[in-house]
Amino acid sequence: MAVFQKTDSSATDAALAYYTPGADIHDTKAPRGPIEKKWAQRQFGAKLVNPANRRKLTVIIVGTGLAGGAAAATLGEAGYNVLNFCYQDSPRRAHSIAAQGGINAAKNYRNDNDSVYRLFYDTVKGGDYRARETNVYRLAEVSTNIIDQCVAQGVPFAREYGGLLDTRSFGGVQVQRTFYARGQTGQQLLIGAYQALERQVNAGTVTMYTRHEMVELIVKDGKSRGIITRDMVTGEIKPWFADAVVLATGGYGNVFFLSTNAMGCNNTAAWRAYRKGAYFGNPCFTQIHPTCIPVHGETQSKLTLMSESLRNDGRIWVPKKAEDCVKDPRQIPEEDRDYYLERIYPSFGNLVPRDIASRQAKNMCDEGRGVGPEVTEVTQDGTTQQRRRGVYLDFSDAIGRLGKKSVETKYGNLFDMYAQITGENPYETPMRIYPAVHYTMGGLWVDYDLQSSIQGLYVCGEANFSDHGANRLGASALMQGLADGYFVLPNTINDYLASGPYETIDENTPEAAEALASAKARVEKLLAVKGSRSVDSFHKELGAIMWEYCGMERTEAGLQTAIAKIRELREEFWRDVRVTGVNEDFNQALERAGRVVDFMELAELMCIDALHRRESCGGHFRRESQTEDGEALRHDDEFAYVAAWEFGGDGAKPILHKEPLSYEFIELKQRSYK
Amino acid sequence: MKITLKVWRQANKGSAGSMQTYQLDDVSEDMSFLEMLDMLNEQLTSKNEEPVAFDNDCREGICGMCGVVINGSAHGRYESPVATTTCQLHMRNFSDGDVIEVEPWRAAAFPVIKDLVVDRSALDRIVQAGGYISVNTGSAPEAHSVPAPKRLADRAFDNAVCVGCGACVAACPNGSGMLFTSAKIAHLANLPQGQPERMLRVKAMIAAHDANGFGGCQNIGECAAVCPKQIPLESISALNRDLIHSLFKGDGKTV
Amino acid sequence: MAETTRSVHSQALHSTVVKKVLMALTGLVLIAFLLMHMFGNLKIFIGQEAYNHYAEWLKMDLLYPFLPKGWFIWIFRAVIAACLVIHVYCAAKLWAVSLHGRGSRYVKKKTRDQSLASKIMRWGGLTLLLLLIFHILMFTTGTITPGFTYALHDPYHMFLGAFSVWWVFAVYLIFMIVVCFHVRHGFWSAFTTLGANVGPTARIVLNVLAYFFAALIFVGFILPPFAVLIGLVP
Repeated sequence: MAVFQKTDSSATDAALAYYTPGADIHDTKAPRGPIEKKWAQRQFGAKLVNPANRRKLTVIIVGTGLAGGAAAATLGEAGYNVLNFCYQDSPRRAHSIAAQGGINAAKNYRNDNDSVYRLFYDTVKGGDYRARETNVYRLAEVSTNIIDQCVAQGVPFAREYGGLLDTRSFGGVQVQRTFYARGQTGQQLLIGAYQALERQVNAGTVTMYTRHEMVELIVKDGKSRGIITRDMVTGEIKPWFADAVVLATGGYGNVFFLSTNAMGCNNTAAWRAYRKGAYFGNPCFTQIHPTCIPVHGETQSKLTLMSESLRNDGRIWVPKKAEDCVKDPRQIPEEDRDYYLERIYPSFGNLVPRDIASRQAKNMCDEGRGVGPEVTEVTQDGTTQQRRRGVYLDFSDAIGRLGKKSVETKYGNLFDMYAQITGENPYETPMRIYPAVHYTMGGLWVDYDLQSSIQGLYVCGEANFSDHGANRLGASALMQGLADGYFVLPNTINDYLASGPYETIDENTPEAAEALASAKARVEKLLAVKGSRSVDSFHKELGAIMWEYCGMERTEAGLQTAIAKIRELREEFWRDVRVTGVNEDFNQALERAGRVVDFMELAELMCIDALHRRESCGGHFRRESQTEDGEALRHDDEFAYVAAWEFGGDGAKPILHKEPLSYEFIELKQRSYK
Repeated sequence: MKITLKVWRQANKGSAGSMQTYQLDDVSEDMSFLEMLDMLNEQLTSKNEEPVAFDNDCREGICGMCGVVINGSAHGRYESPVATTTCQLHMRNFSDGDVIEVEPWRAAAFPVIKDLVVDRSALDRIVQAGGYISVNTGSAPEAHSVPAPKRLADRAFDNAVCVGCGACVAACPNGSGMLFTSAKIAHLANLPQGQPERMLRVKAMIAAHDANGFGGCQNIGECAAVCPKQIPLESISALNRDLIHSLFKGDGKTV
Repeated sequence: MAETTRSVHSQALHSTVVKKVLMALTGLVLIAFLLMHMFGNLKIFIGQEAYNHYAEWLKMDLLYPFLPKGWFIWIFRAVIAACLVIHVYCAAKLWAVSLHGRGSRYVKKKTRDQSLASKIMRWGGLTLLLLLIFHILMFTTGTITPGFTYALHDPYHMFLGAFSVWWVFAVYLIFMIVVCFHVRHGFWSAFTTLGANVGPTARIVLNVLAYFFAALIFVGFILPPFAVLIGLVP
């Protein structure tokens, strides 16, 4: 294995061929002073809006997940005129609903030395020191309010017999700060936000538009003033105007086609904003979760995550000999099994962090020791090969040690889910798992106020880049979504709205007319191609490229190949895609086509970002940057910054703005799990 | 395996629909039901025909967006040994040569939008009427200030798992949304936080249920039989208890 | 919609659930009445005197001296009739709501937990109404008198005469089968509507009781006519 030779000269940065360096970002609007006072100071410093004037101010919120739903409900309660959009048929469907594990909060109910500071520290460290200290501290600070709020809304968190809330430890941290609602925490929190939202719909402060997809952003004089949506039932493409726009549109994991995201999750809203001037932060930071159910074949449409908690009792292994891979695992004797995580990481074993567990599973399968059905893959040299993509997660030891009953109590619902999807009985044969794309830490760049680089455009939840750095800790996504939606955004957006209402605009305003015309033109262009290949076939091919070259392990040459392939694919798409039907109808092929167009552009930016970041950190592993033991090697001297990308124009290079990360309160350390 | 599909095709809300027959030759038993429909759609697209419209999103049985009637049962419940959503029904529950009939949810409250897609916004309107606890952001007391008995919290949870898919309405011979409504009532009525608005909530939600075109409940039990989240029929009884009780209280007389 | 102008309380008061509750309460009264009627019928096995005396007592003496002689039966009839009217009125209303609620029909529909009894509840109810009218025309008003002559003070012989005719027995057999099914679902549904279905055990208990009362009413009602038909009652 090649060990990375440190190269300081930017002349050797192959990525320079793909981007233009821009000015650094120095001010993120966080107040000066001690970290524990910053948020209070900011709240005090932000301009207020007189309650009587709030009704006159319109806020558009796109997305109804934890961040969007919570923000819409809260701004509605405050008295603003809120327009809330989602592409699903109900706000309750947003994909926050699928989160299983739990939500962190620094309540210290266990008296186990937890504190806001410790949660802050764990999150920054877990993010491999690529998150902004100020934002993360605030996240930890408001985490406790989230639990209070959710309990008051009627979220049925797990309780102990005394009637108080139960907590557990999650994601390798040593304190029990994770609140949970069986294996459906995301669902319960989302329903809480949904109920609060529907209450405001009833009160008339929020107007809900379901089955509406945002397809363009309206920017006038550098200010975000509205959006264009396509009504997914009638096809009507229409502008909406507001004093501020909030994007809470989730992550972009579906750029990989196969991910644990919902089928409809997309990056169009964020990408449209990017194209209008919003910076995109750290697009290459994606989290790949190790315990997912493997791909069954060509027709696989999405992947299903199984809770990480399975690694507490399950042992992960592959056969030592490749020829054993086709055998019934129960017939493979103990001495022919390779418990590779226990072998490589004797002290953490099967509980190593997500990125490591994922990468090692890939390594085993790359060596030809994967198990399960063979899947056809195109290799980096262009040939096709058959590979088994799966490793065993074996509970036979646990069943022997604890008894079947006890294993059933702990993991019964997960085992049932596995059995339903695979048709195999995990009590009898070991489960098969493989990593899958799960979460994207990258997203639209925002300042301390969650405002993007376009004035009046705010971004919250997974859609922004802010709090997780290069890797997200377990049970932190729900925390961030709700923190942004309930507590942060509603206390910062007023600073901007206080200068409103902004001048009235309508569809005749040139900027709005242009946005509307371009959205319509795009749809017409898609329908006019009338080629031979389905939208999905392009999406799958894009996903395969991204997974191969911009997945768990990235190389300079591979990323360059990927960029070339993506460009080729995009060209072919516009030449040969077949979008059936017409615009003025419920047309799912057209919806998907619009999303894939944006995914293809985003994919290129992700590869450029991955290419320029010549270090390994968190979910981003560059083969050229590893220690002698094959572990991730960060380069804090060169890369301790947020990469904020600015759209350079169609066919032009994107512009890189660096936001240097200074660690005033936490000392940078290299992670080690040996 | 080879599958013959009979799928309801309907251009839009106003037009008449009919069952159309399609043949699929290469269905694998590991595919989910929706992946099988994806396959059909790829086939239709390659023939330049319009794909079948169907709602779906998370494909892991939690968002509640998917739902079609398969061989006469909502989510294909009677094809599966366990409670399931459509997305979690797998083709291994069918055999080579099977004829599978696929229809949209049918109920007056759920007008068809296209093919297998229906409009379920009536369910949201029931929740809007009162399916919440009125607590503004920031005004919540400390979480441990009100303990909730575990037994009741667990019962609340059993009802809170409703995904709002509408299978109960689709399966009900009366097109009643009572199981859905009762799940929300029972969720909030079993928590201490839900008590202040309990009487008003049940009145308001029942009023909204009836006003949105749902049928009445006959205690038949088809709803609970197909429910992917196994909301029990008992919840409807709990709702009735609360409603009867509420009629003797003044809540809602001035609203 | 007129609905929106009414208060939430008033809307709840006019809701389907309240109509169900009224059906449940009146239905239970009617079941109680059936049980009482059934026990009266069984007196046919004791003999003419007992049977006729019972009928006389019911019509004239019951609750005397609290009520003047002969009053009880009219109050009783009024209550039963009121229950019936409320029951049928609510059923008709709910039927109409459900017909609308169902919308279009499925091309194919399979059911599993829906019992046969619940399936035929409404058409069965309608059948019962028609048979009830027939019953009143026979024994109460004496308009139709197959096999007997109307004699107000000798119901024993009316009974014997009527059920010696095979088709009268057949009509009553159908009557009782439909009653049996109606009670089977009605009993369970009434208690569920009133909130008694509190858990899985309650569900079983209520269903078992529903079967029990349905069977009891069927057997209790059909035994006397059957005995008459095969000549066991002199």
